[in-house]
Amino acid sequence: MPQRPLSPHLSVYQMYRYTLFTSFLNRATGVLLSIGLLVFVYWLMAVAGGSHAYARASAVLSLGIFKLVYMGLLLAFSYHLVAGIRHLIWDTGRGLERQQAKRSAWIVGVVSLVLMLLFVYWAFCPGAHRS
Amino acid sequence: MTEFRLPPNSRIRKGVTHKAPAGAGDVRTFRIYRFDPTSGENPRVDTFELDLKSCGPMVLDALIQIKGAIDSSLTFRRSCREGICGSCAMNIDGVNRLACTTSMLDLKGAIKIYPLPHMPVVKDLVPDLTNFYAQYASVKPWLQTRTPAPPDSERLQSKEDQEKIDRPAACILCACCSTACPSYWWNSDRFLGPAALLAAYRWIIDSRDEATGERLDELEDPFRLYRCHTIMNCTDVCPKDLNPAKAIAEIKKMLVERQS
Repeated sequence: MPQRPLSPHLSVYQMYRYTLFTSFLNRATGVLLSIGLLVFVYWLMAVAGGSHAYARASAVLSLGIFKLVYMGLLLAFSYHLVAGIRHLIWDTGRGLERQQAKRSAWIVGVVSLVLMLLFVYWAFCPGAHRS
Repeated sequence: MTEFRLPPNSRIRKGVTHKAPAGAGDVRTFRIYRFDPTSGENPRVDTFELDLKSCGPMVLDALIQIKGAIDSSLTFRRSCREGICGSCAMNIDGVNRLACTTSMLDLKGAIKIYPLPHMPVVKDLVPDLTNFYAQYASVKPWLQTRTPAPPDSERLQSKEDQEKIDRPAACILCACCSTACPSYWWNSDRFLGPAALLAAYRWIIDSRDEATGERLDELEDPFRLYRCHTIMNCTDVCPKDLNPAKAIAEIKKMLVERQS
């Protein structure tokens, strides 16, 4: 008898459900943040490498293109943070009914967007964190 | 193991189209996964145009109509046609559901029907559930006691204690939940999956059962229980409105609590 085929999974399952999609985003933002850590490590090495290295790194890291990278990382950070709190609440046994999970999926989306905008304002608007 | 692509023998090729007869009124299109184990060929997706004029409202009604009127080789499991036997679980429009309790009116456009995801296929929409049932058996889904039963009565429990197991005991083992779970897709050889874990929970919280400790010992394993990452697809798809995700969370809590 020929070997039984495996039924399709990822290619047929509805990906944009409140369960699968929020979980996928949590994984993806986690991976992004790990990659983003490399930027931070580069900066740290520059700090340790003396004033010349630091000046060069500063010039590279203030390039316009990096603003987009930072914004992406801030969004990933905000989402991963808020979704992580949702997981902590779930681990206490609360919020696991279907309707509750649907609602918390929306809350996570909105709150992480607002949080990202706050971070962006704080990071990019001159004087926002001085006075 | 996490394997995103289907193995070569499972990739889907183009299938046959069965056109509706001319003059048919209320036509609905179905795209249905087909696999014939005797042909030696890969699975395919056939298109059926069905006249719903004399067909019932549920997806199962349409499948029976197709088998009766268009292609008698179409193979699927079904029995009770009222959501209590769990035989007709399949992936309908991207979500695992029972064909008998899914109304065609709730679906838009062409209806896509596949077997339960990431399972070995016996034929067409019939998956091999051997491993799924073995996992259910592995949680010892029966009452275990050490003390002798009362000589003059059954082992009684309070109304409140019975209510705790009402929902988890209503599981019909249709496998919608386990086969909707990505963790189960990648690790079904070692992760028990939501259905078996819900059954384990049903016996752990049973006030008459006396093997609670052993049952928890069995589950305390990085794979058997802890491959659950609370994705919640299980609770999302359960056709009986049960909550395996919550049951698993409660088991994890019990394991933490008994350490202190």
